[in-house]
Amino acid sequence: MSSQEKKTDGDKSFDASVNDVKKVLLESGIEVKPLYTREDMQDSEADQSIPGQYPFTRGIHSEMYRKRPFTIRQYAGFASPEETNKRFKFLIENGQTGLNVAFDLPTQCGFDSDDPRTLGEVGRVGMSVDTLDDFEIAFDGIDLDKITVSLTINGTAIVLMAMYFALAEKRGYDVKTLRGTAQNDILKEFIGRGTWIFPVDSSVKLVVDTVEYCANHVTKYSPVSVCGYHIRESGANPVQEMAYAFCIAKAYTDETLKRGVDIDEFASRLSFNFDIYGNLFEQIAKFRGGRRLWAKIIREDYNAKNDKSSWMRMIAGGGGGGLTKEQPENNIIRSAYYALISALSGTQTMALCSYDEAYTIPTEKAAELSLRTMQILIHEMGICDTVDPLGGSYYVEALTDRFETEIQKEMKTVEALGGIVEAVASGKIQEKVSHQAYDREKGIQTGEIPKVGVNMFQKDEDPKPVEFHPYNVDAANYQIEKLQRIKNDRNGEKVQSCLEKLREDCLQNVNLMPTVIEAVKAYASVGEIIQVMKDVYGEYEEPIFF
Amino acid sequence: MTILLSKPGLDGHDVGVKVLAYALKDAGFNVIYTGLRKSIEEIVAQAEVVNADMIGLSILSGTHLILCQRMQEVLDERGIAIPWLVGGNIPHGDKGAIEGFGAVAAFPTGTKVDEVISFLKEFQME
Repeated sequence: MSSQEKKTDGDKSFDASVNDVKKVLLESGIEVKPLYTREDMQDSEADQSIPGQYPFTRGIHSEMYRKRPFTIRQYAGFASPEETNKRFKFLIENGQTGLNVAFDLPTQCGFDSDDPRTLGEVGRVGMSVDTLDDFEIAFDGIDLDKITVSLTINGTAIVLMAMYFALAEKRGYDVKTLRGTAQNDILKEFIGRGTWIFPVDSSVKLVVDTVEYCANHVTKYSPVSVCGYHIRESGANPVQEMAYAFCIAKAYTDETLKRGVDIDEFASRLSFNFDIYGNLFEQIAKFRGGRRLWAKIIREDYNAKNDKSSWMRMIAGGGGGGLTKEQPENNIIRSAYYALISALSGTQTMALCSYDEAYTIPTEKAAELSLRTMQILIHEMGICDTVDPLGGSYYVEALTDRFETEIQKEMKTVEALGGIVEAVASGKIQEKVSHQAYDREKGIQTGEIPKVGVNMFQKDEDPKPVEFHPYNVDAANYQIEKLQRIKNDRNGEKVQSCLEKLREDCLQNVNLMPTVIEAVKAYASVGEIIQVMKDVYGEYEEPIFF
Repeated sequence: MTILLSKPGLDGHDVGVKVLAYALKDAGFNVIYTGLRKSIEEIVAQAEVVNADMIGLSILSGTHLILCQRMQEVLDERGIAIPWLVGGNIPHGDKGAIEGFGAVAAFPTGTKVDEVISFLKEFQME
């Protein structure tokens, strides 16, 4: 179908009378009426809802961005720690207030740079970290108490968090003052993204070790950011994105409570990472309804006393799944809308995908455009002037209520599968979302799901163009040489005794964090530490459902 | 026609390969998926065991040139002649190089599932 025909088609439906307009179904399966009125809000909790007050539908703070705009935190970090350090300093000079660190796949999967299985991967999609020395270089000259650092790390999170805390201690900071986040959501890695290492139960145990340790020692740090984001990118609809994320957060919560930690000692440090693409109102209602439901779960099901425990704090943005390879400049426009949605949803932190991400690691130019998109929103659009400006909209409030109900329903279906840990271990969730991804792909190819530049308004394009971030073979070799040098220079006996202690701790089923911190301080490598854990826990076997 | 789909290297982005697996099954192919994080050696060994007519690699981490070169080397070392192709985050500019290594096709970023199916059907006819 030509773009001209499509356009006419669209105009026709616009002119049609209300009675014969075609049915509109949101991606989550919710039907949208052509008009919402006061009638639709009769049962709504909207009227009583005040920002900063339970159940926080309108936002977790009373003044929101009037007091302080959302934090801008672009994903960065590539190749060597030295290069990453330069990029961090560039971002800080350009007004970024938080760093979001990307790691290469060997670091994420627990292999050292000199492992043959890392062929071609060292420093490719993020910073390469073998030992504490790499962290010392990457954060050189950066004040750890002035900036919040988010570590995008999961399978090896316990090791990388230990490195961050060890670095802070070595540099003389009190770890109690450290702020920051580790992604550290292993359950979603089994659904999407795939950097799992150990069997599901042992993987969850490691997450809980970090939560327990932080609750007692690094009290301002957020040890887990539960990611609906990657679940959505793997094919989940917006309701499932929230429902699965909440089920996962509950799983970590339940296990932490079993360690004897009080709910109010850690719940306020759990945060969320969500995705934004698709229908604008659906996303906003997703966040408002989700925020209300999470507050209720934490207060009512877990008897939290502290309001902060029931805050659904989030980083929201991204939207990689909505961006297209076709007409890539359109992604700049899409990302600006995603930023607007995120701000209208009351996010705490925002990160946008850069327009070239369908192809490559963002170029400096593209990363700067993302930064400017968010800065324009903050400084020129009046987005920070008043709290939850869409609150009270008949449509938004009705949809918010509906989302709360639908997310609850979806959480019950997970319970019926035996809970999220079981549903992930068996592959049932993965099978469901990947089949939905297939359905979505079919929808885009048939034109049933409209996508500008892809199935409408296409034009012939040269298959080109986006600047490619080159792979630096020299940096990879340098990383390998550096690891060899550190292995020669460190106290080998000290490393061995730390690794033996770690093996003992794994067998005794105690919290591994203190021993991992000692091991990284002795410059034990990521690969060495993970290998000890693999020896005891074994490795995950992926369920295949084809 | 039996197609062995796999994810070599450490890349965990498997939405695309799973979508392709469903599409190929719907199109009547016999599909076997290895799962994530397989070495080229493991993939070739499994292709032999299942008697695959085609090996499909999915690579999104940017490691395609290194892994594809290795793919042909391992096939040659073992004297195996199973045709193979690759898709994922592959720049157009790298297509020639990959086919030069010995791939029967390299599908760049943004390739539609139907294009892969058409290719395989034609390949089957030949």
